[in-house]
Amino acid sequence: MTQREDFREIARLVRPGSRVLDVGCGEGELLELLGTEKTVDGRGLEISAEGVSACLARGLAVVQGDADSDLDYFPTRAFDYAVLSQTLPQVRNPRHVLSELLRIADRAIVSLPNFGHWRVRLDLLLSGKMPVTHSLPQPWWATGNIHLCTVRDFTGLCDDLGLTIEACAALAEDGPARPMDPKHWLENWRAASALFLLTRGGQPPVVAAPAPAAKADLFG
Amino acid sequence: MSDGETARSIEEAGGVMRFAADKPLRLDSGARIEGLEVAYRTYGRLNEAKSNAVLICHALTLDQHVAGRHPTTGKPGWWSLVVGPGLPIDTDRYFVICSNVVGGCQGTTGPASIDPATGEPYGLSFPMVTIADMVRAQAMLVEALDIEQLFAVVGGSMGGMQVLQWAADYPERLYAAVSIASAARHSAQNIAFHEVGRQAVMADPDWRGGGYARAGVRPEKGLAVARMAAHITYLSEAALQRKFGRELQRDGLSWGFDADFQVESYLRHQGASFVDRFDANSYLYITRAMDYFDLAAQHGGVLAEAFRRARDVRFCAFSFTSDWLYPTSESRQVVQALNAAGARASFVEIVSDKGHDAFLLDEPVLHAALAGFLRSAGQVRGLS
Repeated sequence: MTQREDFREIARLVRPGSRVLDVGCGEGELLELLGTEKTVDGRGLEISAEGVSACLARGLAVVQGDADSDLDYFPTRAFDYAVLSQTLPQVRNPRHVLSELLRIADRAIVSLPNFGHWRVRLDLLLSGKMPVTHSLPQPWWATGNIHLCTVRDFTGLCDDLGLTIEACAALAEDGPARPMDPKHWLENWRAASALFLLTRGGQPPVVAAPAPAAKADLFG
Repeated sequence: MSDGETARSIEEAGGVMRFAADKPLRLDSGARIEGLEVAYRTYGRLNEAKSNAVLICHALTLDQHVAGRHPTTGKPGWWSLVVGPGLPIDTDRYFVICSNVVGGCQGTTGPASIDPATGEPYGLSFPMVTIADMVRAQAMLVEALDIEQLFAVVGGSMGGMQVLQWAADYPERLYAAVSIASAARHSAQNIAFHEVGRQAVMADPDWRGGGYARAGVRPEKGLAVARMAAHITYLSEAALQRKFGRELQRDGLSWGFDADFQVESYLRHQGASFVDRFDANSYLYITRAMDYFDLAAQHGGVLAEAFRRARDVRFCAFSFTSDWLYPTSESRQVVQALNAAGARASFVEIVSDKGHDAFLLDEPVLHAALAGFLRSAGQVRGLS
C-alpha cells in the first residue's frame, strides 16, 4: 500500500514526544510513521482482527474495537492528539465519535474526503451515478462510507459541537497540501480531501504540548 | 505441524525446586507452606543477559509439560502447537519456564503431598490457596533460577489470571504479558459450574471427607462427573454439534442408559481418562482458587488500580468469539482497565467456533498475532 497523502501532513502536524491515539489505525502505517519520525507514544483502535494482528507485528499497542462504541472506555484527556484519518464517514454516529475524540484528547486531527469537490459534483451531475474519484475510489456498493459529507457540512458540525478549527489544509492527489480557509465557499469546490486540526472551543488545552518544531510547516 | 518440525529436538530440563523451611510460601489466607516444592520444566536456553525467559502459566487441569513428550501420558505437551523451535513461543529465542501451580498434583506441593508435620497426605488440612499464592510460588522459582526480570509471562484461562496477577504484584519483574481467554474475576456462572464439579466429587462416597488417600481409595466417579460437566463448558455448542451431532455409537438405540450417543461416549472417556492423571482434592482447591479470584476487589474495587504500577508492561489480551466461559466482554474489561491505567495494552478478539478450548488448538490468527507481539517486543528488549 502506498502511503496515504494525509499521513505525511498528520506527521508534520503532530508535535514530537506527544501521546497519540489513532482511531481506525488499520495496519498501523501512520502510528509507525509517527513513532519513527516524531517519537510519539502511540496507541491504536482498529476494528479488524487482521489489522490489529499486523499492528502487533510492528510492535504497536492496538486494541480491537469499534470507534462508535469503544471510544467511551478511554479515559478523559489521556492523549494530546486523537487522529481519525479518512474514517469519519464510515462510523455510525459521526457526531458522537467527534465529540468523544475531543473528550479523550486535547486536539483532534480529522481528515475526510470532500463530497463537495467539483469533480464529485460534476460526476454526479453528468453521469447520474455515485461518483468514483481518487478520494472516493470505491463504487457505492463496496464503500464503507455511510456518512459522506462536504467541507461545509463538516465545519457546520464543528460549530454545532462548539469545536474550534485551529488549522485546515486541502489535500490533493498530486502535490503538497496547502492551507485553506474551510469556510470559504470556493474551497468546498476545490479541496478533494481536507485535514482539520480541532480543539474544544473556549478552553485552551491544559496539558501543554512540547514547543512546536523549529521547522514548522503548514501549521507551525 | 509437520513431522519434520516435531522431530526437531527441544533442549529440555527441569526438576523440582525445594525451598528450605526458612523460606516458606506465605499464603493470602495467612497460612504458610514450609518446605515448598515446585515442579517445573524449561525449554530452550537462557541467554547470558538472562533477558529471554518466558514464564508460561498453565490452566486448571494442565501441568508443567508444555512441550516435548509428557512423561506419564506419552502425549505431546499441551501447548506443543505454540511452544517449540520456530513456533510463536520460539524455544530457539526464548528460555521457556513452566511450573506446576501450588495446590496442583504434578509434583508441586498440593493436597496430595505429604504434610511434614504428620507424615500423612495433607488432604483437607492443606491450606486454601489463591491465584496470587500460585504467582508468589512462581516468583520464588524465578528468583531461585536467578532471573531478575522475565521477558514475558503468558497464560490462557486460569493461566491468564496468573498473568494479570503477575502484572499487578510484580510489574517490575516482567517486560511483557499475554493473557488469553481469561478474566479478571470469576463470574457467577463460572463459580456455579465449579460448584457443580466440587459437589460431584464430594458426593462420591470414596471421597471420605477428603481423606481418601489414607483409606487407599479414590473418588473416581465423582471426579469423572466433575470433568464431564466442566468439559462441556470448554466447548462451544457449534463445536459439539459439528463433532458429534446426534450420531450414535452403534446401529440403533439401546432403549436403556448405555452411552447411545457419541457425545456421551466422548464425555465418559474424558471423565475416565482425567481421573487417571488428576487428584480430586487438587481439583477442589484449584477451582476454589479460581472462584476466589477477583483482581479488582484486591484493589478497592477498581480494576485499573491493579495495573497502576504496570504502566511499562507491554500487554496483549486475546479472546475468542465462541468462548462463553470467559467471553470477550471479560477481556474487554481488562483492556479498558489497562487503558485507564495508561498501560500499553493491545487486544484481539479471534473469530473461532471452538469455544474456550480454542486457545489450546490450531488457531493460526492467534499464533501469528502472538508471534508478532513477542517478536516485536523482543526487538525493543534487544533479544536477537
